[in-house]
Amino acid sequence: MRRFLFAVSMTFIFSSLALAQFQPSGTVECIAPANPGGGWDFTCRSVGKLLNDLGLVDRPVKVTNMPGGGGGVAFANVVAQRNDDNNLIVAASPATTLRLAQGQYGDFSGEDVRWLGALGADFGVIAVAADSPYMTLDDLIEAWRNDPTSAAVGGGSAVGGQDHMKVLVLAKAAGLDPTSIRYVPFDGGGEALTSLLGGFVQVFPGDASEISGQLEAGNIRILAVLAPERLGGALAEVPTAKELGYDVEWLVFRGFYVPAGMSDEAFAWWSETMATLEASEEWAEARAQNNLGKFFRAGDEFDSFIKAQIQDLRQLSTDLGLIQ
Amino acid sequence: MEVFSLLAQGFAIALQPINILLAFVGVFLGTLVGMLPGIGPINGIAILIPVTFALGLPPESSLILFAGIYYGSQYGNSISTILLNVPGTASAVVTAIDGYAMTKKGRAGPALAMSAIASFFGGTVSVIALMLFAPLLSQWAIRFGPAEYFALMVFAFSTLSSLAGANLAKALISTAFGLMLATVGLDPNSAVARYTFGELKLFDGMDFVVVTIGFFAISEVIQILEESSKGQQVKSALGRVMISSREFIKSLWTMVRGSVIGFFIGVLPGAGGTIASFVSYTTEKRLVDRQNSFGRGDIRGVAAPESANNASANGAMIPLLTLGVPGSGTTAVMLGALLGMNITPGPLLIANNPQIFWGLVASMYIGNLMLLLLNLPLVGLFVRILSVPRWFLLPAVAAISFIAVYAVNNSPFDLLLMTGFGLVGYAMRKTGFPLAPVILGLVLGPLMEKNLRRALSLSGGDWTVLFSSPLAIGIWILALASLFLPTLVARYTVIRRVDSEEDGEID
Repeated sequence: MRRFLFAVSMTFIFSSLALAQFQPSGTVECIAPANPGGGWDFTCRSVGKLLNDLGLVDRPVKVTNMPGGGGGVAFANVVAQRNDDNNLIVAASPATTLRLAQGQYGDFSGEDVRWLGALGADFGVIAVAADSPYMTLDDLIEAWRNDPTSAAVGGGSAVGGQDHMKVLVLAKAAGLDPTSIRYVPFDGGGEALTSLLGGFVQVFPGDASEISGQLEAGNIRILAVLAPERLGGALAEVPTAKELGYDVEWLVFRGFYVPAGMSDEAFAWWSETMATLEASEEWAEARAQNNLGKFFRAGDEFDSFIKAQIQDLRQLSTDLGLIQ
Repeated sequence: MEVFSLLAQGFAIALQPINILLAFVGVFLGTLVGMLPGIGPINGIAILIPVTFALGLPPESSLILFAGIYYGSQYGNSISTILLNVPGTASAVVTAIDGYAMTKKGRAGPALAMSAIASFFGGTVSVIALMLFAPLLSQWAIRFGPAEYFALMVFAFSTLSSLAGANLAKALISTAFGLMLATVGLDPNSAVARYTFGELKLFDGMDFVVVTIGFFAISEVIQILEESSKGQQVKSALGRVMISSREFIKSLWTMVRGSVIGFFIGVLPGAGGTIASFVSYTTEKRLVDRQNSFGRGDIRGVAAPESANNASANGAMIPLLTLGVPGSGTTAVMLGALLGMNITPGPLLIANNPQIFWGLVASMYIGNLMLLLLNLPLVGLFVRILSVPRWFLLPAVAAISFIAVYAVNNSPFDLLLMTGFGLVGYAMRKTGFPLAPVILGLVLGPLMEKNLRRALSLSGGDWTVLFSSPLAIGIWILALASLFLPTLVARYTVIRRVDSEEDGEID
């Protein structure tokens, strides 16, 4: 309810702000900084379709896939060549902010763009195989405390990437030496999950949306969700890490950044449009279909939220020795 | 037999007019996107996903369409490969060796016909296997851990000498060059940039399409230009279009083995059509190539990879549907689409949504038949591309290459890279270095590296982990056998070869 009110009030605030009456002229473009099929591509395609279906733009949204450098190629392109484009949005997620924080986009930083908003979020989970001896998160933490090599972790991202960070943050919160735990990177969550089922790794720190099929089949057990509050559906019985006494959250927001030189009128229009979109039934449906939870921030609030997040991640990565 | 009643239900779904239409649209589009280098089934499916949502198609119909594009592209990819030496997708690189050699002998027609027949054969055999063993085989996929994958890659490299042609040393140098190219980009383990010189566009490594088109298409254009300027005539006689029954019988066991190899490798997530076609080709060369005719336009050199890559496309549906794990880029896009339709691929899919699985299986029988009927009559049309005058064909190939490469990443940088590889490829041709091993090094290298490092980081640096499971040991034995058996067998076959000379029709 509080979030609903929040969304309504945001809509109200932005509608009154948008008196300058910006309206995109010409074709609106959404850049997905990856090949078709991933989360960024989904963000662009579903939001692009909705913008059109809800009549918020005049012409169909053009979705451009610009893969390379984990989003770095698109980031560089936007900053260097399209810095004042009012008709451009770019899909983003914590993969973007984490790489910016760790300096993987070359000399670019989070200050080089404006963070528009997030329309939903996926949440981290800690999964083990159904026949695993670890029944609770405490069991796993205890096992690691006795012998950090006892349960190897297999995730879908490189060392220092999102899946690894979940474990590092968890270990840190539990007072363990985070780097003592074995982490093996696979090509995406699917391969990591297969290795969990095959018994090659013992823990999979994935996302809630990745595990539904195997969870339904009873092949895996979720020890905790890394969300601010419990998730719905099949995960309703699973405690949050916070409930269990580990102050860990991993929120995989789905959102956008825009060029830093976008006019204030255009930015206001886009923020308002995000709010309208998020409040629509069609988006609620698309969100549910893709196992995304409700999460909404837009405008300057989101911009400062992300910039703070990048600072935190940089500090954390430095503390953990991932970057100098 | 429960299977047959379920299959009958599947046919009831697949034979609905709308699904027949979708299967046709799928295989037709698939053939097209497979033919065009650079544009693959991933693009085709990604573009159609919003359309299927907008039309409100049920999940089984959408999947019939997507799968049609996927296996249809495995038919189409051999066309530009055989005619122009431009592989449409990674899994057709091996087909180029004998397929293009046949074209140069004026036998493009039979090569294309064999490719269509072998594709049909691989597709059909693997659908039967999919139908009978899907749940069972998902367990086989799970048992492949890092050590087993590593052993599989070693096995693949151990067969490499069959690709060597005249000079093994040159083939090894080509492979090493491919492996070196594969190290460019972010380190798969730690995301540290290697050999990127700070260039963000190199962070994802050398794109396969860019390298392949540069190496094959651009260097081919340069070479033909050179030959034409010297006044050499390239054969453009169209000759016979169909294969003879003798050629079919000769290739029958090759296709059977190719289908089985392709299917089992296709089931493994991440392995896919490239490895399947490669292993199948090298296996055949070992087994049946008595006259050393592989590499010089042996029709079995087309039958082997083409049956294998089609079988692997169907095999790849198993991890997708029964584990919810996409084994390739294309199945990853399909997974996204299914999730969007509220279908969760996973162990329960076949039980909970039988109409999806059995409808798909039935449509694959129909789609493969359609592809055969579509492709065989078109062979006559396709070979006519060769009679297009050089002054038009060569610029056209170059233009298509540039468009295809630009389409991959929308990046002008890739065009420069491709042109550079074209010049390198031309130099390698001139100096007698084979090109296919470069591509194999590029494709297999990262898989080998990643899995070795995974295995060692799981074991804490203990190398014995590589030999710790019966499955891994089995593959190691295969690898050793493929390295040393040929030398041993060679002594024995010297005697045999004299006897078999009488049925030695060399193509």
